[in-house]
Amino acid sequence: MKVLVAVKRVVDANVKIRVKADNSDVELNNVKMAINPFCEIAIEEAVRLKESGVAEEVIAVSIGDTACQEQLRTALALGADRAIQIDTAQTLEPLAIAKLLNAVVEKEQPGLVILGKQSIDGDNNQTGQMLAALAGMPQGTFASQIKVEGDEARVTREVDGGLQQVAIKLPAIVTTDLRLNEPRFASLPNIMKAKRKPLEVITTDALGINTAHRLSTLKMTAPAEREPGVMVANVAELVEKLKTDAGVL
Amino acid sequence: MSILVIAEHDNNTLKAATLNTVQAAVALKNAGAGEITLLVAGENCGGAAEQAAAVAGVSAVVVADNAALAHQLPENMAPLLVNLCQTSGYSHLLAAATTTGKNLLPRAAALLDVAQISDITEVVSSDTFVRPVYAGNALATVQSSDTVKAITVRGTAFTAVEASGGNAPVTQHDGAAESGLSRFISEEMSVSERPELTAARIIVSGGRGMQSGDNFPMLEKVADKIGAAVGASRAAVDAGFVPNDMQVGQTGKIVAPELYIAVGISGAIQHLAGMKDSNVIVAINKDEEAPIFRVADYGLVADLFDVLPELEQAL
Repeated sequence: MKVLVAVKRVVDANVKIRVKADNSDVELNNVKMAINPFCEIAIEEAVRLKESGVAEEVIAVSIGDTACQEQLRTALALGADRAIQIDTAQTLEPLAIAKLLNAVVEKEQPGLVILGKQSIDGDNNQTGQMLAALAGMPQGTFASQIKVEGDEARVTREVDGGLQQVAIKLPAIVTTDLRLNEPRFASLPNIMKAKRKPLEVITTDALGINTAHRLSTLKMTAPAEREPGVMVANVAELVEKLKTDAGVL
Repeated sequence: MSILVIAEHDNNTLKAATLNTVQAAVALKNAGAGEITLLVAGENCGGAAEQAAAVAGVSAVVVADNAALAHQLPENMAPLLVNLCQTSGYSHLLAAATTTGKNLLPRAAALLDVAQISDITEVVSSDTFVRPVYAGNALATVQSSDTVKAITVRGTAFTAVEASGGNAPVTQHDGAAESGLSRFISEEMSVSERPELTAARIIVSGGRGMQSGDNFPMLEKVADKIGAAVGASRAAVDAGFVPNDMQVGQTGKIVAPELYIAVGISGAIQHLAGMKDSNVIVAINKDEEAPIFRVADYGLVADLFDVLPELEQAL
């Protein structure tokens, strides 16, 4: 079975992003970029499926300009066998991304596609579910455990009140939650080896997908800042202030 | 134009998040987007349907009662939504931004070939919405050009409508089918006497500073004194102290209680994203440099293991 993993290049999780002065967008110049944390978990899971003999090949795919090859090389260093970059300079919406990924799914015919549940820039939490719809596949979203048994995957999902277990027929889409696994670090020899692994570049035009925007961002604003607070010396003072000043107790 | 809101329920009772979602629908209605229909899809869901009919502001209730919808699996639910949109011509499709809504709505949106606007915090007009991006460090105002606007609603941004007072007519809808793609196996839900995190008036949350899950009862004692829910940071969940459904943050639960007490939480961007809209924030941490103090209304630099028993006494 082939496993396809989608990876996204995003602003590093530790960067506090700022809105541009003209409110047109956020400031992304000279900001540290990294692989989306949930995508890293997706790669790790795919590689573990290969190590346990469930998967034969792990293919990493990313959509973006040449810069996203850096994240694809990271995926290769973590254990993916080959990579595909869908080359575009545009910032695409989840629906367009799902359509492009679906074109790759049709071509590669993976038994399982693993994606992060959301990217930490757009915070949309849509792409996996949309891809599942377009590919006509079932979905196991927000997974904290995946077990492949015969022609189905048993997925434990993180839901609001606890955990839910579902069985989904393969081929299927899974999106990762935080507790699925703890991603490994790429070793230096593997980073060197990754440079020689195959990386194919496909243009969006070659896939014949309409990626036109459905949404337009009218403006980007910074959230209201909180008023500076006060420090209290002890518990008694804290409780007193919560009762009288704040009136919340 | 008209609005379809997907009710969140367990067949017997309507979940609180539905009432916040209906409030967003009311804002849309006031912006000229038409009447509000509430969809109750499930199996033997008469109880939930009865409650749905009583929700203030709702003009009609559609019930889809079918064995294929017993667990509201998205593979069976999404085609039902597409069918409803096509037959009844809804222009707006709304769900709560809960794990249920997040799982379902993008699947329906893709089948309808429309974009989804996730986690809205404000309705500007019938096609324009505000939603947080980058862990809430920026707010995007987005306008949709699609014929159907698929929207998930952040509950904390919209006050709940009244659960009673309405008297909407209920109609049945057939047309759900079993996809054969997925199967529900089991569910393990946390049982707690305490209020639900997203609905609590007060939340007491613990972070890595709690050092172990064994120390969380100290927080629980404080919480029980003031009727609070207990939450946790991602660090505490990652360290295995407590289950994931207690996680407050960018990728966990978004909360905005009257009072949020952060104990032993440093205040990473991802945690702040989940709680910084709380009315009053208290931070208790022994590291005076911790970023949590920058969003706190009241800060106490102290060892939480000294503070918690004192706090329990003082409340």
